[in-house]
Amino acid sequence: MSEEQKPSPVTAPSLQIFDTIWRAVSVPLVAVLLALLIGAIILIASGANPIDAYAALIQGAFGSSMALGRTLEKATPLIFSGLAVAFAFKGGLFNIGAQGQLLLGALVAAAIGFGIEGLPWFIHAPLALAGGALVGGLYAAIPGALKVYTGAHEVITTIMLNYIAINITDFFADGPLKDTSPGNIVARTPMIFDSARIPTYSFLPIGFVIAVLAAVVIWWLLWKTIIGFEIRTVGLNPNAARYAGIKVARTVILTMVFSGFLAGIGGAVETLGVVGRYQPGFNLGLGFDGVTIALLGRTHPFGVIPAALIVGAMKAGSSQMQFSADVAKEITDVIQALILFFVAADMIIRWLIRARGTREEVKLSTGWGQQ
Amino acid sequence: MTENLFLQNTLDIFRRWWITILISLLILIALVWGIITGPSVTTAVLASTLRHSTPLVLGALCGLLGERSGVINIGIEGQMLMSAFIAFLLNVWTGNLVIAVLAGVLTGAIMGLMLAFMSVTLKIDQIIGGTVLNILAIGLTGYFYTVGLVTEGKFQPIPLGPLADIPIIGPVLFNNPPITYATIILVFVVQYVLFYTKWGLRTRAVGEHPRAADTVGINVFTVRYVNVIMGGAIAGLAGAFLTLEAVGSFERLMTNGRGFIALAVMIFGKWTPLGSWGAALLFGFFSALQTQIQFSGVINIPHQFIGMLPYMLTIVVLAGFVGRARPPAADGIPYEKE
Repeated sequence: MSEEQKPSPVTAPSLQIFDTIWRAVSVPLVAVLLALLIGAIILIASGANPIDAYAALIQGAFGSSMALGRTLEKATPLIFSGLAVAFAFKGGLFNIGAQGQLLLGALVAAAIGFGIEGLPWFIHAPLALAGGALVGGLYAAIPGALKVYTGAHEVITTIMLNYIAINITDFFADGPLKDTSPGNIVARTPMIFDSARIPTYSFLPIGFVIAVLAAVVIWWLLWKTIIGFEIRTVGLNPNAARYAGIKVARTVILTMVFSGFLAGIGGAVETLGVVGRYQPGFNLGLGFDGVTIALLGRTHPFGVIPAALIVGAMKAGSSQMQFSADVAKEITDVIQALILFFVAADMIIRWLIRARGTREEVKLSTGWGQQ
Repeated sequence: MTENLFLQNTLDIFRRWWITILISLLILIALVWGIITGPSVTTAVLASTLRHSTPLVLGALCGLLGERSGVINIGIEGQMLMSAFIAFLLNVWTGNLVIAVLAGVLTGAIMGLMLAFMSVTLKIDQIIGGTVLNILAIGLTGYFYTVGLVTEGKFQPIPLGPLADIPIIGPVLFNNPPITYATIILVFVVQYVLFYTKWGLRTRAVGEHPRAADTVGINVFTVRYVNVIMGGAIAGLAGAFLTLEAVGSFERLMTNGRGFIALAVMIFGKWTPLGSWGAALLFGFFSALQTQIQFSGVINIPHQFIGMLPYMLTIVVLAGFVGRARPPAADGIPYEKE
């Protein structure tokens, strides 16, 4: 503890920066390496060649500009869902419902994308994004309000709302919004108009740029504004916040709404930038990945970006791995779980690399977050 | 004034017994419905209620054992999935259902050990620990699962003599496969252990005030380890139920959120086994009703809206009746010895 207070022996300011960076990235870096190592052991045990598998994984994620683009594309919705979960964590709420909010965001973005014709792109695409954000935010307001006014716990209500969202979106994709073009029998919406599409510049998806900007905005909101301060205070200690005159009920609902905004945009971006329509099953799991990514990024907006890139790279590379090395892509889930484990259990890694400094606690589970 | 007090008391009684009242009401509705539509439908709905509730109440027992001792377990889903898979594999390899169940229970216990190691010894945030288990289970089962494995069979119902011949109740309660019987017994066993034994008292003490428990000589770490591992074993039984009794085979992600719904059931039941059982039956009843409505095709509304029913009703009941649930005081907080 006290070691941290002493000035670092490194004197040159430029080196000090490297020292800080090293301190921030050393644990996640070693965690990734350890996870890959254990993954390799599992691969060997099941009769696969880990070198071939990892080579294909890296090739598929970073090997060409197209692969790199795919990684960024996969990372984009993950940044949003990671931000959504991380933001709620900061406010002391566990939003497992990012999945449902994301689905509704994706559906509404598709509806606006194919439902309105003749708008210029600089209105149509933002409008569809805003629609997705709005519905996500409203849907997330339900568990927030239920928590505040009835005491129903958000973990349960959001899980229930996830299932309800699946049913709602299935209904629309197979009913009022179904693609009626001849020959189509699948439950899905028609393709969106080009004016609603979020384009890809060379290999860089514009959605990714929006995602990074969103992370900056969230960081600004949380640490540079009064409302952010209130959200964090309520997250740390609702009783103290109430004593300090913060309107806890309003803050809790607002936290959920912002979180839902982010999840909704995540779904919308996936529809407008990648899939081009709403099709049930395409977005499943993105919201749950948000939990992993938020935790991996230590619930910090800037931690979420690299975390989403790592997971996105694995998603992008796993098909290549399955194809050319004949390794089932679920091994990347195992590696993800191990990364999460080692990041959380950083005392193991700190002991391994003899890193100095205190460990910053990630603390989420303060009971069931009573108000 | 007195009238007000009377109202207050009535409300209090209602709040305390709402699950019981609701269940009785539902049973009443089911019986009336049964008289109208014929007993076979009622039997089908009630049997299906019990079937739906079994993995939920087992998951809830797993959750509450951990939380009563101060460890949040959101990895129930993963524990169930992994156990379901291992139980299935053992059934494929040996064809012996008993060995398969034991393997499932053991797998759950090992997953419980992992959670205890992470949350008690390493003091990792418990939400992260549970998430690690969930993802690990999805990954490992998905990676090692190969399509086309077939089993010899699954558990068949064992009628309990003349009891099974009682109309309506008989076939529902006394003609079940073994894990369902075991579940009902477990509910009462866990209730007894938690509230009427020394071990249960210690468990609750550790969950409410670990420092005080430590001061009087209770080993906080041991109590937490044992409870979380036992909980894992019960979740393992839930997994075995899925592959050996309910479905008979394994599919990827087959737990389908049951581990999370079990958490809802646990909070619903206010962290008590009997309450959780009531809550699980309630949820099971809604699921059964949904299947029945869908199956009979009486009401002509899109099936998705009927599909939402159990989840909607859970929210309504949760918001309307349960109010503020109070978890054990030290829930989710790692214990640091001074």
